[in-house]
Amino acid sequence: MNKIFLLFRHEFIQAIKKPGYIILTLAIPVLALITIGVVDLFSTSFEPDVDEFTLIGFVDQVGIFEEYTDQGTLKLIPYQSKDIAVDALVDGEIDEVIIIPSDFITTASVQRYSLERELETPMGIRYAISSFVVWNLLKDEVPPVIIDTVLTPLEMTVTRLEEDGTVADSQINVGNIIIPGIFAFLLSMALMFGNNSLISGLGEEKESRLIEVLTSSVSVSQMLLGKVLALGAAGLFQVLLWLISAPLILNLASSTFGGSLVNIQIPPNFLFFGVIYFILGYLHFAVLAVMVGGIVSTAADGHNLSMLYIMAGYIPLWTFGAFMSFPDSPIWVALSIFPITGPVQTMLMMGVSDIPIWQICASLGVLVLSITVGQYLSIRIFRTFMLMYGKRPRIKEIFQTLKTS
Amino acid sequence: MAAVDVKNISKSYADVLAVDDLSFAVEPGEILGVIGPNGAGKSSAIKIILDFMKPDSGTVKIFNQPMNEAFKDRIGYLPEERGLYKRLTAIDLILYLASLKGMDRKIAEERANVLLERVGMFENRKKKNKEMSKGMGQLIQFVVTVVHDPDLIILDEPFTGLDPIRTASVQAIISDLREQGKSVILSTHQMNKVEELCDKVLMINKGKTVLYGDIPSSRANFRKHSVRIEAEGTWNDIPGIVETKHHNGCIELMLAPEVTSQEILDTLVGQGVIINRFEVTTPSLNEIFLTLAGADYE
Repeated sequence: MNKIFLLFRHEFIQAIKKPGYIILTLAIPVLALITIGVVDLFSTSFEPDVDEFTLIGFVDQVGIFEEYTDQGTLKLIPYQSKDIAVDALVDGEIDEVIIIPSDFITTASVQRYSLERELETPMGIRYAISSFVVWNLLKDEVPPVIIDTVLTPLEMTVTRLEEDGTVADSQINVGNIIIPGIFAFLLSMALMFGNNSLISGLGEEKESRLIEVLTSSVSVSQMLLGKVLALGAAGLFQVLLWLISAPLILNLASSTFGGSLVNIQIPPNFLFFGVIYFILGYLHFAVLAVMVGGIVSTAADGHNLSMLYIMAGYIPLWTFGAFMSFPDSPIWVALSIFPITGPVQTMLMMGVSDIPIWQICASLGVLVLSITVGQYLSIRIFRTFMLMYGKRPRIKEIFQTLKTS
Repeated sequence: MAAVDVKNISKSYADVLAVDDLSFAVEPGEILGVIGPNGAGKSSAIKIILDFMKPDSGTVKIFNQPMNEAFKDRIGYLPEERGLYKRLTAIDLILYLASLKGMDRKIAEERANVLLERVGMFENRKKKNKEMSKGMGQLIQFVVTVVHDPDLIILDEPFTGLDPIRTASVQAIISDLREQGKSVILSTHQMNKVEELCDKVLMINKGKTVLYGDIPSSRANFRKHSVRIEAEGTWNDIPGIVETKHHNGCIELMLAPEVTSQEILDTLVGQGVIINRFEVTTPSLNEIFLTLAGADYE
């Protein structure tokens, strides 16, 4: 049987049996289910009891706020003075107090007193008081339908046009970015896990000298190819499990979040490119891990050294906010082509805008080139430094090896 | 056809000459003992033979050809420092590494069970390696080294950490391998093991050969002109004895060049001394090494 296949099978089975792999694979769907459960629990636990009203005392120093005191589950009760209202609050007769000062018409400012520790006024109370004030102010001025419109938060629908004025095929909205965003996050996690897993394995084999037993049976290139492919397959298997669990989770999430996920759209070709970038991203990080594993003498040293490119790989997630605000900046194009950030950045960009075909080609081309050259160099580096135990080669020695190889 | 034929290999690390113009050969059915102190260059020479690294100069031929991937299935290698995949069971590890040597799983399992039985590890074959002691792990690695029935076996310090019973088991298997026509390179600094097991010896110090040849001839070449005796009774001055040394229950008589050991024996018997042991002094490999390495020995 082909030795690469034997190595591949062994490494794949060992990778998917590792506790870290099992935990990460299960953690994603389990965490999603827990989140949905917690949101569901909170939304049912904190649903206002229809029989229970929040009582808000108010002191009207303007003299025009008399009607509309029933605001859903909030009931406003007039008081003659601030002192009387505060006494009622302290005695527990009411839940809080609002003072509408005499200059309210020009300042639009009210004073609120509460016994609760709060950073901000809860949205429900803020809306109820606004509604109470606006209805009293405008009841004789405009029709009720206008008042309703004033009180309803503005909803803005954005349509992106092409330069020729036609409607673009893909439109930016939060729903579109959810799947690519989650995918990019999972990809980053999986890349980090795969990298650490490979470095740990190589470190263990170097420390125990098993590497010598292996290379007395197979060539260095066979060994590394088997390991790298196995890790890629383990990563793909992980994604498949997540994809299988996704429909169930999205269904549950849609019912919990009141159908707000109905608008989620998976960008065209997303699944196809998702799989491609996942495999290539995995292979790229595996090649880098082999280089690091070849240079260092212990797994701990390897983890430290690999932080250099692991951190770089997270740049698309760190800069996600800036990316959403300025999606047309050339920085993101550069990050999508740079092989370490390319897979995650491209996946994010697919959720926000159309990516020109040249950019995808450049991104994939650079990634494949980087993997090919990296694999070639990593074999040289590994072969040269695999017997160096307890000694880290100097930068000069590494470059000399690369030059002579 | 020699299983290994090494000619004039040298290897330097930075400014250190680890292997200096080393030449030796191992024939089928022969055990070569490679001895020398730590850092003598034994492991470096082995790594060059296995093609883990290239020599700066010189050539290595395995089965009469330069090393290639196809030969790897015919070689068994036990490195000096050893470790195992901790989460695998002993039998799974043996079968996996045997499969990498191109061995059929069923045959590998049959051979593994026989070998595990011989080294007293059969009961532990389903134990995970992390649950094993250092000595147990070493025995598993020894089985890994020979399970695929290699033609060339390279053992780097195979007895370290083994108790006397396990050492004897491993020694017996190595002897059997020789009987089966296998070539064995046994690297160790336990010179008594080389005397017990090997046909030939390669003594290295500071990367250089200090002695190479078959063991009986090598010892004979270093034979001193003296006899060792264990005797009852006393004797008068015997002409031709220039010095008397006492060693742990026996006496070494250093002889003058013109006197033979037979003449000394006759004289002692003539004086009524009861001789319990009489032998011409032959130095151990350790003594030969100390003689050869002299002040350079570290």
